[in-house]
Amino acid sequence: MGDEARPKTVFEAVPGDKLDVFQKWFSDTIPHNKALGLVVTAVRKGGASMRLEWQPHLVGNPETGVLHGGAITAMLDACSGMAVATMLTKAQPFATLDLRIDYVHPATPEQPVLADAECFRLTSNVAFTRAVAHHGDPRDPIASSAGTFMLGTKGKAAVGQHAARIAVTGRGT
Amino acid sequence: MTLLERLHAARKANDLSRLSEAIPYARWMNMAPENSTGELLTRMRYHPLLIGNSHLPALHGGTIGALLETAAIFHLLWETDNAALPRIINITVDYLRSGRAVDTLARANFTKLGRRVASVAVEAWQDDRSKPVGAAQLHFLVTPVK
Repeated sequence: MGDEARPKTVFEAVPGDKLDVFQKWFSDTIPHNKALGLVVTAVRKGGASMRLEWQPHLVGNPETGVLHGGAITAMLDACSGMAVATMLTKAQPFATLDLRIDYVHPATPEQPVLADAECFRLTSNVAFTRAVAHHGDPRDPIASSAGTFMLGTKGKAAVGQHAARIAVTGRGT
Repeated sequence: MTLLERLHAARKANDLSRLSEAIPYARWMNMAPENSTGELLTRMRYHPLLIGNSHLPALHGGTIGALLETAAIFHLLWETDNAALPRIINITVDYLRSGRAVDTLARANFTKLGRRVASVAVEAWQDDRSKPVGAAQLHFLVTPVK
């Protein structure tokens, strides 16, 4: 099969400013991402980056000001999910199957957290991801994760319906 | 008051809710421990900002992971006497069902409580406890009181 026959991924199919489109989907449309203040900072085929500002209500230990692990968990889940979305070739919902997170060292108080995720393999049923959360140097992570996502789960896709439709039909609407 | 002092005060008063009040993220996420049935449960009250997929609607997976982690921490704080706050090493979350737009409860148990490491298993469910929405296994570094 030549390249011509290969279906386009959502990332390839999105017209215009891809970062802008993915920001709309993942920073603005998903209520919990918006509530956390997760901002998409970069997107590529199979990859996603996000930024989370330190905020007082996300603190887990009020004595130190260190962020609660739950906020990092939600960020790594969201960022890994976005990396999966860039790789899809049809409109389909997907859901996290499992996510393992190693908390390598505590986040530094009042510093923003950055996350980089990649979807390194996508099969017809399952997508595999890895991600790191860090303060600027991904080789010195706060947390490191490995995840799997089930594709074609029940219901409608949270985001990416529009782009997936473009990918399938080649038309915008 | 430090968290450990708060914990001691909460134990003395047998008032679990004092635990979550001290943790900003738990308050913001509407998570609080309760033991009305005699076992320690952690409840995440439903709020629209917990949604990850508005079409279904379904809770954001991250919120279920956060609840499982918080329930494990409350269990550890309540059931053991620690000289310092437990430090999380890792968490493995299994997402079993999509979380609907209702309250979610979680219950933790020790798989093993060692001198340095506590291994904790947690399950979360909504209306039907026999149909969990998520489960997790966590490891914590602990410093038990000698």
